[in-house]
Amino acid sequence: MLTLAHFLTLGAILFCLSVAGIFLNRKNVIILLMCIELMLLAVNMNFVAFSRFLDNLDGQVFVFFILTVAAAEAAIGLAILVVLFRNRGTINVSELDDLKG
Amino acid sequence: MTDSKRKLLLPVNRTLRTVEGMMDLPIQEIVFYLFSLVMIAAATGVITVRNPVYAALFLVLTFFSAAAIWILLEAEFLAIVLIVVYVGAVMVLFLFVVMMLDINLAPLKEGFIGYLPVGILVAVAMGAELLTVIWAKDRFGEGSFPDPVAHAEGYSNTAAIGERLYTQFLLPFEVAGIILLVAIVAAVALTLRKRPDVKTQIPAQQVRVKRDERVRLVSMESESPDSGRGD
Repeated sequence: MLTLAHFLTLGAILFCLSVAGIFLNRKNVIILLMCIELMLLAVNMNFVAFSRFLDNLDGQVFVFFILTVAAAEAAIGLAILVVLFRNRGTINVSELDDLKG
Repeated sequence: MTDSKRKLLLPVNRTLRTVEGMMDLPIQEIVFYLFSLVMIAAATGVITVRNPVYAALFLVLTFFSAAAIWILLEAEFLAIVLIVVYVGAVMVLFLFVVMMLDINLAPLKEGFIGYLPVGILVAVAMGAELLTVIWAKDRFGEGSFPDPVAHAEGYSNTAAIGERLYTQFLLPFEVAGIILLVAIVAAVALTLRKRPDVKTQIPAQQVRVKRDERVRLVSMESESPDSGRGD
């Protein structure tokens, strides 16, 4: 029998993997953006599971809005990435220290 | 009823027995564990592979598995939206950018091994905390929530979500549209660049042009057709 805990566990594992990904790939902006997408997916998984087990559609509507904002975030993030690469010729995070005093 | 008992009860009709045996298969559990395993493996791939193109493709696989699990949770509309919008648009955008940029991969993987212990430590600690909250005291386990009821025939998840979106959540829905519009404008404005070597039309100047700027009348002596020739 599948319970709510199974789906919450899946979301938790996915979230931990994406946090580990941010630690491991802290030089590469593209992979960092992908890890943020993974985090949002983990949160969405919890929302959908709660929506199903509480028999309330509000959770799914919330996921809809999260998907919208995530799409906007990905578009702007990648645009910034392209401008960054055009100006600096690199996407290595450790070289982006212009604001360091 | 155990399997041996059923064999005793239905010794002749083999097809009926296999059908009954298939009914006993925990289809939901099998689907859940299968797609969960694929999903976790793909997410591990996203964070470990060297090449960002492979990472993007693993992320696509993760989204597909998530969509399958959402269908298991009877969120059909969101599952299809996840595939169409995320896999179809956002991930293709990711792949497009990854392939367009000429990235030197070697320095980007520096420190991967160095950060591995602390990354694993943080992930394991966080996972342990989350799992403790989820499984302790059986808050979300068996019997904590009423079993989800199957919807009646003819129930449409899409119609139900649409009804919510256009009544109760109308204002947030409009705001979401504005956010997307702002994202479009921001993305275009960020990546737009003026290149001085490209010849472009300026319609305002074309409309405003005067006769004097296009036609120049010169007064000169009239010449015969053959006066300019050398012979």
